[in-house]
Amino acid sequence: METTVHQFPPFRPADTHSGHGDHAHPEPGFWEKYIFSTDHKTIGIQYGITALLFMLFGFGLMLLMRWQIAHPGIPVPFIGPLLERVLGQVAAGGAISPELYNSFGAMHGTIMVFLGIVPLAFAAFGNYVVPLMIGAPDMTFPRLNMASFQAYFIGGLIMLVSFFIPGGAAQAGWTSYSPLATTIPTDGQLFWIIGMIFLITSSLLGAANFIATIIQLRAPGMTWMRLPWFVWTQFVTAFILLLAFPPLEAAAVMQLMDNVAHTSFFLPTGLAVGGQLANVSGGGSPLLWQHLFWFLGHPEVYVLILPAMGIVCEVIANNTRKPIWGYKSLVYAVLAVGFLSFIVWAHHMYLTGMGTKISTFFQATTMIISIPSVIILTCFFISLWGGSIRFNTPMLFALAFLPMFGIGGLTGLPLGFNVSDVHLHDTYYIIAHFHYVVAPGTIFALFAGVYYWYPKMTGRMMNEFWGRVHFWGSFVFMNVVFLPMFFQGMSGMLRRMSDGGANYSAAVNSKAGADAVGGLSDSILSLHTGILWGAMCLGIAQIPFIINVFWSIKHGEKVKNDNPWDATTLEWQTPTPPPHGNFTHEPQVHHGPYEYSVPGHAVDFIPQNEPAGPADKPLPATAH
Amino acid sequence: MEIPYTSKPRPDTGLYNAKLGIWLFLASEVMLFGGLFSAYVLLRVGAAPGEWPHGWLNVWLGTLNTVILALSAITTLLAWVACKVGNFRKFKFFHACTIALALTFLCVKMYEYHDKWIHYEIKMTDGRFADGHFESAVYVDQATHQEVEEHRYRGNAFSKVSEGVTHHYELESVTLEGRIVTDEKDLMDLRAQKHIEHGSVTVERAHIKSMENYGPWHNTFLAIYFTLTGLHALHILGGTLVIGYLWGPGRKMWATDPERFTNRIEISGLFWHFVDLVWIFLFPVLYLM
Repeated sequence: METTVHQFPPFRPADTHSGHGDHAHPEPGFWEKYIFSTDHKTIGIQYGITALLFMLFGFGLMLLMRWQIAHPGIPVPFIGPLLERVLGQVAAGGAISPELYNSFGAMHGTIMVFLGIVPLAFAAFGNYVVPLMIGAPDMTFPRLNMASFQAYFIGGLIMLVSFFIPGGAAQAGWTSYSPLATTIPTDGQLFWIIGMIFLITSSLLGAANFIATIIQLRAPGMTWMRLPWFVWTQFVTAFILLLAFPPLEAAAVMQLMDNVAHTSFFLPTGLAVGGQLANVSGGGSPLLWQHLFWFLGHPEVYVLILPAMGIVCEVIANNTRKPIWGYKSLVYAVLAVGFLSFIVWAHHMYLTGMGTKISTFFQATTMIISIPSVIILTCFFISLWGGSIRFNTPMLFALAFLPMFGIGGLTGLPLGFNVSDVHLHDTYYIIAHFHYVVAPGTIFALFAGVYYWYPKMTGRMMNEFWGRVHFWGSFVFMNVVFLPMFFQGMSGMLRRMSDGGANYSAAVNSKAGADAVGGLSDSILSLHTGILWGAMCLGIAQIPFIINVFWSIKHGEKVKNDNPWDATTLEWQTPTPPPHGNFTHEPQVHHGPYEYSVPGHAVDFIPQNEPAGPADKPLPATAH
Repeated sequence: MEIPYTSKPRPDTGLYNAKLGIWLFLASEVMLFGGLFSAYVLLRVGAAPGEWPHGWLNVWLGTLNTVILALSAITTLLAWVACKVGNFRKFKFFHACTIALALTFLCVKMYEYHDKWIHYEIKMTDGRFADGHFESAVYVDQATHQEVEEHRYRGNAFSKVSEGVTHHYELESVTLEGRIVTDEKDLMDLRAQKHIEHGSVTVERAHIKSMENYGPWHNTFLAIYFTLTGLHALHILGGTLVIGYLWGPGRKMWATDPERFTNRIEISGLFWHFVDLVWIFLFPVLYLM
């Protein structure tokens, strides 16, 4: 084993400073240790920090958009002049033009999904936790792992740079539907495509690495049914990424050809742009893009949610102090979700006129996939029953995940039926629906993960009081932001309108009176103001978290031992923080992952690697 | 702790790490080419009647390239077998063959691309179509009215500086080696036409409505042809670089760790067989169907 110790936070005790006499130079090996590291823990932390920063940035874009929706055309207070200086004409007078709004909308989606949540949920937690949980010294391909992070970083940089090119960033939405994506005469889309190709490459390298690691590097005795459920979710997520992303890469290559080589993959015959017949050969199919995009796009939803569910599972088992209910059901349910996620994609396309037979098929599969999702949620709820629950910050976030994801999931059913989708499609209802899944759903689970594994990464706990402030603030204001959108959407307010529907409503209402069909009432439009305030308060509620993360590195309460939560899984049976190579000797696994409160045992948990003593019960049926 | 199973297989899976890794990578590659093949299907099914080209590609060159790749698959396998039995000289010979065959494949492909690049379709003002390979174009010096013949198409006008004087040239006429048809559909299905008379066709500039070569922008068949074969050619190039590295500077590992080196040959071979397999699908889909 190598003796070098990789640590976070980035400092080393002076006594490990051997072999380098000249102290005048900056500490040697910094680049190898923290920038070009091949250690899965460092890479996980790199992913985590980068992804959190991107999420903050994406949140900022959203705040600007909410301002524009609530106060269309009015200069943004405080940072309006800055926007004009940096972005130029598109932010003339400090106000957000429709083009800029479109850019922000497209990039908010892209950044949150591809640069924020996937890297945090899958790459950051997966990298840090999975090898520790299965008792592995590292990922199977450490250098590939580093390349994966670098590709992600470059992809993110390209996306950021695109804001500052003439014409600004991509404007065709995060779904980049053609022919719009090809006919917008700026270069933003080109940057978007190239950035995406880097991000896809990063995901593919990561996914192959995760699957190989979980199959090949499980410690002796770590059988499939002894894997913590978090590892199962990461395993299924990796397969989804591995198989669903390449078709989007194919689509991106074709859109690149459309934009650069003037092919007509997605451009139909007779395409008119601005009243003129476009100078293209035609013969292409706009529906082809939508099929290829959603072939990734829908499995991607499960990429966002499955790792979050995995985190919730670990936190709930640990803080109810009892085995998770229905471990086997959870395993088979997550496999079923992973498989079914590949055959539901066209429920995003009911309104394209692809045919009622196809719609019926996808409606059926969409209803079927809700079954394993409900099994998972039910297992979590039943797990709470009769537990002596510890209400610490990670547990609060994990508990809040359950109803929030529940709302998100149940409001998805009317969207899955193609009859009711006709009314709700492309309205604020769907915005509210998927944000309930991803924002108070997935992001709450990610916060739970940060609070839960932070002591393992740093050796110190995060502050509990400010954690609770962060939780309650986020919980209240998430709902203030997203709940009204359901009502706006059901009233027919369309998404992607840069003024929140004000002009559209005024036009319709002036034509046919106040109760015109399609117009929006003033009370529906006035909800914008409440949402804006809710969003600002939600931003303020994140300040305690940001400070907590940095302050606790040095000033947090020191962990009492390597296993401060009295957890059973292997990541807590290592030194804190784990050294390069993770384990001092190869762990031997004897137990299932959730041996809490086993009757007849001295303490209320049995670590997976603790040898089975004579006082213990025989191994439960799950361990075979 | 060291990472286990880097070259010895894990007993319960029967695989060493990299072999599992390459199979996973190939699974994603199947989905990548699968996406493009499904695009091919959708575009072809959606094409208006009589607008999908037939017989535009040279079947004999396609067959030649198929044979070349099939041979390279055999030499790749033999190179791996040679490593397995410890015959390093044979390994070097067989992989030299693989590299040579791969480069030959790329040369044939380049020739085919170039053939499409110089193939022009001219829409004429009288509604007819001139179609054929570019032979020459006559340009006129705007100052001296002197005619020059160019053997590549330089657009409708170009300027040239010679002896400190800028000359402006305007296109006068284009000569193609091909034919003139009245119905554009006659250019679509070349397989149904038994004898196609080719000859030198000269079109005056005044009769040219528009002129376009057979690049990816010409129609969706050429778009998907260039994209699929281009992506495949990039894979060939990448595979050649890897195999070239293992044949050249990378072969030093044979002396220190022959087992791991043999594994590398096996893995690069698996990739190479996949790339060959893609061509086995590309050839009938693009050349024959």
